Amino acid sequence: VLNRRCVEAAVMTGLALNCRINKKSLFDRKHYFYADLPAGYQITQQRLPIAVNGSLAYSVCVGKKPSRVITKTVRIKQIQLEQDSGKSLHDELRSQTLIDLNRAGVGLLEVVLEPDMSCGEEAATAVRELQLILQALGTSRANMAEGQLRVDANVSVHHPGEPLGVRTEVKNLNSAKFLAKAIDSEIERQIHELENGREILNETRSFDYKLGCTMPMRDKEGKQDYRFMPEPNLPPLLLYDTESLPPGADPQQVINIDWIRERLPELPSETRERLIQQYGILPEHSFALLNEVGLLEFFQNVIKETRAEPKKVTSWVLNIFLGFLKQQNLAVNESPVTPSALAELLNLLDRKAISSTAAKQVFEELWRSEGKTPSQIVSEKQLELMQDQEALERACHTVMEGHPQVVMDVKRGNPRAINKLIGLVRKATLSRADPTAIKEILERKLSP
Amino acid sequence: MLGRTLREVSAALKQGQITPTELCQKCLSLIKKTKFLNAYITVSEEVALKQAEESEKRYKKGRSLGDLDGIPIAVKDNFSTSGIETTCASNMLKGYVPPYNATVVQKLLDQGAVLMGKTNLDEFAMGALGSDTGGSTRNPAAHCGVVGFKPSYGLVSRHGLIPLVNSMDVPGILTRCVDDAAIVLGMLAGHDPKDSTTIQDPVKPFTLPTLTDVSKLCIGIPKEYLAPELSGEVRSFWSKAANLFESEGAKVIEVSLPHTSYSIVCYHVLCTSEVASNMARFDGLEYVLGDKEEEPLRTVSQNVNIGQKCHRCDINVSTEAMYAATRREGFNDVVRGRILAGNFFLLKENYENYFIKAQKVRRLIANDFVKVFNSGVDVLLTPTTLRGAAPYLEFIKEDNRTRSAEDDIFTQAVNMAGLPAVSVPVALSNLGLPIGLQFIGRAFCDQQLLKIAKWFEKQVQFPVIQLQELMDDGSSISEIEKLASVSLKH
Repeated sequence: VLNRRCVEAAVMTGLALNCRINKKSLFDRKHYFYADLPAGYQITQQRLPIAVNGSLAYSVCVGKKPSRVITKTVRIKQIQLEQDSGKSLHDELRSQTLIDLNRAGVGLLEVVLEPDMSCGEEAATAVRELQLILQALGTSRANMAEGQLRVDANVSVHHPGEPLGVRTEVKNLNSAKFLAKAIDSEIERQIHELENGREILNETRSFDYKLGCTMPMRDKEGKQDYRFMPEPNLPPLLLYDTESLPPGADPQQVINIDWIRERLPELPSETRERLIQQYGILPEHSFALLNEVGLLEFFQNVIKETRAEPKKVTSWVLNIFLGFLKQQNLAVNESPVTPSALAELLNLLDRKAISSTAAKQVFEELWRSEGKTPSQIVSEKQLELMQDQEALERACHTVMEGHPQVVMDVKRGNPRAINKLIGLVRKATLSRADPTAIKEILERKLSP
Repeated sequence: MLGRTLREVSAALKQGQITPTELCQKCLSLIKKTKFLNAYITVSEEVALKQAEESEKRYKKGRSLGDLDGIPIAVKDNFSTSGIETTCASNMLKGYVPPYNATVVQKLLDQGAVLMGKTNLDEFAMGALGSDTGGSTRNPAAHCGVVGFKPSYGLVSRHGLIPLVNSMDVPGILTRCVDDAAIVLGMLAGHDPKDSTTIQDPVKPFTLPTLTDVSKLCIGIPKEYLAPELSGEVRSFWSKAANLFESEGAKVIEVSLPHTSYSIVCYHVLCTSEVASNMARFDGLEYVLGDKEEEPLRTVSQNVNIGQKCHRCDINVSTEAMYAATRREGFNDVVRGRILAGNFFLLKENYENYFIKAQKVRRLIANDFVKVFNSGVDVLLTPTTLRGAAPYLEFIKEDNRTRSAEDDIFTQAVNMAGLPAVSVPVALSNLGLPIGLQFIGRAFCDQQLLKIAKWFEKQVQFPVIQLQELMDDGSSISEIEKLASVSLKH
C-alpha cells in the first residue's frame, strides 16, 4: 500500500527542484537475492518515475574577502520513490554478517543528478544545498552521518571535447567533507591509471577513510539482471492539478500538485536573498547564517530584541557566538547564551554603556555561568564605561602630563605611540573608559 | 444437519434446534472420521470450540451477529490466520504462524463464523487444486459436486492471501448452494485499504433475488470451448443446459472468443513470471525452514569456516549457496520448475518477447470477453472441466504441467480477464462422480451472475452429498479407508 506522505514528499521535493511532476507514474519490482532484502525484490520506479528534468542551483565562493559568489547549476535527471532494504553489518572478526531489518520497506526518495559537476567541492556544495532544501521542506532531516541522506558518487574523467569516460561508483560516504575527498581522490586515481596506459573498470568502490582513497568493493561480481517486472499490487500513481482534479473527488484519496506548490515553504535561496535585502548583510554572511541548524532562528530572535544594527548582530553571531559553539562542539540549541541575553548585551554596547572589550568579557561570563543577565555581570564586574566626560578629560590630561616623552613620539608621527597613551589612560581609569573616546580626546588635545 | 445449506443451518441455530457447540462437535467428529482423506492440514479444534462457545452465548442472549454466526467454515491453508499455522502446504512455511488474519478471514470471524481448520492444497496452490488463480476453486467444486464461485478481481480483498499471481488471484468461495455463496460474498466484498487493488467502494451484504423469468436473458456459448478433448458426457450436459435455457424462453446464441487458443500459453508465461517474483522471499531465513524447535537449517557462518578471513564477496557467495540449498529443499519440483521458467521470461533479453507479448495477448483475451458482453450477452455458459473427476490412480498418470494445462482450459481465461465465474454441479458421471458447468459474468456483475446460476441450480436439483450418513454407515468406511491408503502411499 502506498504511503501518502511519501508521495507528498516526492512532489514537494520535485517542485522545489524545478522538476516536471509526472501525473502518472508506475512502480516496478527489481529482483535480486541478498540477505538484507527480505522479499527478494525491491519496489522502485524504473519505467516511469514521479518527477523528471529539474535543476539544483548552488553557489561556490571564489576568492577571499571580498569573496565573489558564483551560481552553478546541476541538472536533476529524476526523482523516484522506492523501498529501503535492511542494513547489513559485516563483522569481519567473527566472519559473520548481521542483518537489521528495521528499516526494510521504509520509503526512500532517490534523487538522480546528471554528470554536470567537475570536482569534489562542487559536489559537496550541491549536496549541502540539497540538504538545506530538504530540511526547509521538512521532507528529510538529511543528516548524512545518520544515514538520513545517503550519497553515492559516480565519477569519470575525459579529455575536453571527448565523450564521458567509464565511470566508477563510489559508496560508503557519510559526510559532505568525505564526499568531496573521495571524489577528488577518485578523479586523481583515474587520471593516474589512464596516463599510465591502463583502463578504468566499471566497478563499485568504497571510500577508505584511513587511507583517504577509494578501494574496490568486491561485492557485486558480474552483471546483475534485475528481472524488472511491473509491481502488480500497486496500480499506476495518478496525481492531479487544479485543472484536472475530478469533481467531487475525496481529498483523502487524491493529491493536487497545485495545492502543494502553493504551500511550499521558503526555500534556502529565497531566504538568503531576503536576508540580504532585509538586513543589508553580505551574501557570504547570508550563506553562513543558513549553514548551521538553528542559527538563522537564533539570529532573527536577537534582531527582534535589539536596537543594534543588523551588521553588528551578524558579526557577533557569526564570529563570537559561532566561535564559542564550535570550540565546544555544541549545536545552536545547546547554547548556554539565549538570544535575549545576547540582545541585551548588544543593547548595552549600542548605547555605549560598555566598551566592546568589556562586552566580550561579559559574553564569556554569560557562556560560563547560566542564569545571570548581562546587566548583572556588568555591575558585578564593574565594567560600566565611564560616562563622566570631564573626568575622562582630566585623566587624559594627567597621563599626558606624566609622559612627555610619549607625547613627543606622537607629535613626531609615531603611529603606535598614541596606543601607549590610550593604554595608560585605560589603566588609570581601571579599564572603564571607552578606548574610542579616549583616543578621540587625546587626538584633540594633541593636535596643534 | 451437516448436509444442509448455510441458510438452513443458520435458521436452525436461531431457532435453537441445534447449538453452535453441538454443530462444531459434529463437524470435528466428521473431520476425524475422514482424516484419511488428508483434507485438513491443521484442525483448530480448541479455537473452534471456543468460538462456538462464544457464538452460543450470543444466541442465548438473542444477539447473533448474522447469518454466519456459529457456522463452521474451513479456510484454505494459503490464507493467513492469526496464531494458527499457515503453510501453503509447503515445507518452506512449515511452522510459520502468522501474527495477523487475512482480511477475508477477519471478516468471516467478525460475523461469528467458527474456524474448523486449514485445508490442504497443492504446494503453494500450484495445480488443479488451489485458490482461484486459474480455476482452482471452480475446478474442485465441479469434481466434488459443490458450488465454486470466483468473484471479479478487485471485489474481494487479497490481503493475507499468500500470493501466487497477484494480478489473477482471488479468494474463491466453496459452498453447497449458490445462495450460500451469495451470503458469503456479501460479507467479504468491498474496499480494503490494505489491498490497493480492491475497488474503491464498500459493498453491502445483499439478498440474492430469485429469478423466475429468463426470457429476457441472453446466454452465450463460446464456440472455441468445444474442445476435441471434451468428454462426451460433459458435452451432452452442456448441450442440455443450453437447451434448458432456450426452452424457458432465454436467447441462447453462439459467440466467439477468438484468442482462446493462446490463452494457456499466455497464462503460463504471466503466471510463472509472477510466481518467480513472489517466491523470491522464501529463502529459509525469515520463514524458518526446518523444525520449529531446532536451529534454522543453515546459517551463513556455518557455510564460511570460522577463522578464515571473510571478504564481503565470500559472504555473498555463501549466502547465495545457502539460499540455493534451502530453496531446493523447501520447494517441490512443480514450484521450482515454475520459478525457473518465470525467471527466464523476466530476463532482460527475454522480457520483451515473452512477458510484454503475453501482457498484450492478455489484453486481447480480455477484450474478447468485453466485445461479447457488449453485444448483448448476459452470461456465458461453458463446461468447467474436460471430463468428470478421475480416480486417483488415473489422475497421477500425467505430470502436473499436462494436467493443469488440461484442467484449466475452461477456467483460466476468466482469471486473465478478471471476470466473475461460478461452477454449478449438474449431474453425476457414468462413474458416479460429479460434473459441473460454468457461468461467466460481466466484470463486477457478480450478483447478476449468481442470480442466473441460482435459477439454473433450482432447475437441475443436483443431489447434495450426505457425507454424514455415509460415515455413519460403518461398513463402507473401512473399505474407503483401505482404498485411500493404497493410493496415498504413492
